[in-house]
Amino acid sequence: MAEIKILTKNIDVPDQDRIDVYMCGGGYEAARKVLNEYMPEAVIEEVKKSGLRGRGGAGFPAGMKWSFVPKESKLPKYLCCNADEGEPGTFKDRLLMEKDPHLLVEGIIITCFAIGIHTAFIYIRGEYVKEAEILQRAVDEAYQKGFLGNVIFGKNFNLDVIVHRGAGAYICGEETGLIESLEGKRGEPRLKPPFPAIVGAFQGPTVVNNVETLCNIPHIMEKGGEWYGAIGPERNTGTRLFAVSGHVNRPGIFELTLDVTARELIYDYAGGISGGRKLKAVVPGGSSSPCLRADEIDVQMSFDALMKVGSMAGSGAVIVMDETVCIPKIALRSLEFYAHESCGQCTPCREGVPWMMKIARRIVNGEGEKGDVDLMLEICENILGRTLCPLGDAAAMPTKGYLTKFREEFEEHIRMKKCKVQSA
Amino acid sequence: MTIVTEKINLTPELKKEAEKLMLRYPDKTAALIPVLHLVQGKFGFVSVELEEQVAELMGLSRTRVHGVLTFYTMFNRKPVGKYLVQVCTNISCTLNGAEETLKKVKQKLGIGVGETTTDNKFTLMTVECLGSCGTAPVMQINDDYYENLTEQKIDEIFDKLN
Repeated sequence: MAEIKILTKNIDVPDQDRIDVYMCGGGYEAARKVLNEYMPEAVIEEVKKSGLRGRGGAGFPAGMKWSFVPKESKLPKYLCCNADEGEPGTFKDRLLMEKDPHLLVEGIIITCFAIGIHTAFIYIRGEYVKEAEILQRAVDEAYQKGFLGNVIFGKNFNLDVIVHRGAGAYICGEETGLIESLEGKRGEPRLKPPFPAIVGAFQGPTVVNNVETLCNIPHIMEKGGEWYGAIGPERNTGTRLFAVSGHVNRPGIFELTLDVTARELIYDYAGGISGGRKLKAVVPGGSSSPCLRADEIDVQMSFDALMKVGSMAGSGAVIVMDETVCIPKIALRSLEFYAHESCGQCTPCREGVPWMMKIARRIVNGEGEKGDVDLMLEICENILGRTLCPLGDAAAMPTKGYLTKFREEFEEHIRMKKCKVQSA
Repeated sequence: MTIVTEKINLTPELKKEAEKLMLRYPDKTAALIPVLHLVQGKFGFVSVELEEQVAELMGLSRTRVHGVLTFYTMFNRKPVGKYLVQVCTNISCTLNGAEETLKKVKQKLGIGVGETTTDNKFTLMTVECLGSCGTAPVMQINDDYYENLTEQKIDEIFDKLN
């Protein structure tokens, strides 16, 4: 594991959010170089070579995603920067946008040049009012310098960037939910195929990339795909921003390579469990990822390693729970969230998630019935893979994780009609 | 943000601003959410009358506007207090004492969740993850985040707003 600062290299530089300061540190040089010296396809090749995988949740290779967009298109192509950051536990994109917004703008310029896009939207969650203002100022500054608009860096390339605020809906973090929302509609995910790369925003081919993903692009183009690809484990290259919250002494954001283990992240970086208590469970990749038990934390925090142990790297949000936590209560809180955020299009999600929430609630309230755990597991199975978008899975996967990894705690709640952990 | 209960209308200036927003998009109807933000920013909420006027201005059906308005949690369809207080109760905040935070805020304001103080100053709501989990527990008051909340901090915050 290694602590390499790529994305957060300049995060503590005073006034890094202002264009002159950003440029003093070499900012916009990568974009200038790319626009003057590269063919668009060569940029895509470089990003492919880097092995960069999407930092939003799915971990899909960014270069490959770009290459799905047809080169020639009758309709305009679009880039949507996903700054919706709604996955519970996640607060890393907020840091990038607040402290180093020009890095994102530069990433957007290079990405749009590579794919032949002339309009990019930054879809930022509505609650991030301050961050939206900072981004808008950064975009305005970039226009003034001639890095956005017409004839960028003296080249025959034009690009407009529009900062677009959402209005409070978790589902708009899903690619097609985001696109629907951007079009001024309810954020109800679309049936796929066609995928956004073919039919996306305003019917045009569209790429949706997370903030952190795009912030990697200037660095990759500055130092090369090979350089980036050599950092961290194979197929899980580069660094990522792990956002650690919950019962740790030093919650916060840690930029690390993906071979860091959950144990190292919690104990070496986040300062261990608060109050010297024992660890009980860790959510490794946002609330949608199945938890790890305390005896499972020697796993690497890479996309592949977490998938291998039946969880997922997701958005890199690590939620740490100590021994005083009542797992059925956390499962309930999680289900309440997903029930609230379900858009209601698909029956398994719309009906199944609130149903599980009601069962979890009666278990927590000491009114659980024998067979409730198996009933919830059965509902999970009937949601998984049976919905248009991953929200159904996002509700069922962690629930199944809590139920199977802490089954005895649920059963005990049902038998004893109370919480043993919290009454201790 | 002011609370107006009599009939309210989109002002000419507001309409002009809305039309400017519509020009930003390949399809003007994509400006619906920004326009609703604009209207709410002016009136504090989006009433049925305003809904109709937005629909007319943007050439949309009332059902489309209503559908969008009701889909997103940030839009208020009824007046809220001068300060909209939203306490996050998602997992990370819960682990760090959101239940106590909420209890304290309720006590401080003397209202329950979903209620507004009689002087129309505060409305209290709970909210899902605000993306500030490293500094939990967190609440948002209007556009501002208040992080690492403690009982003392909550007292100070509200005493200042009073």
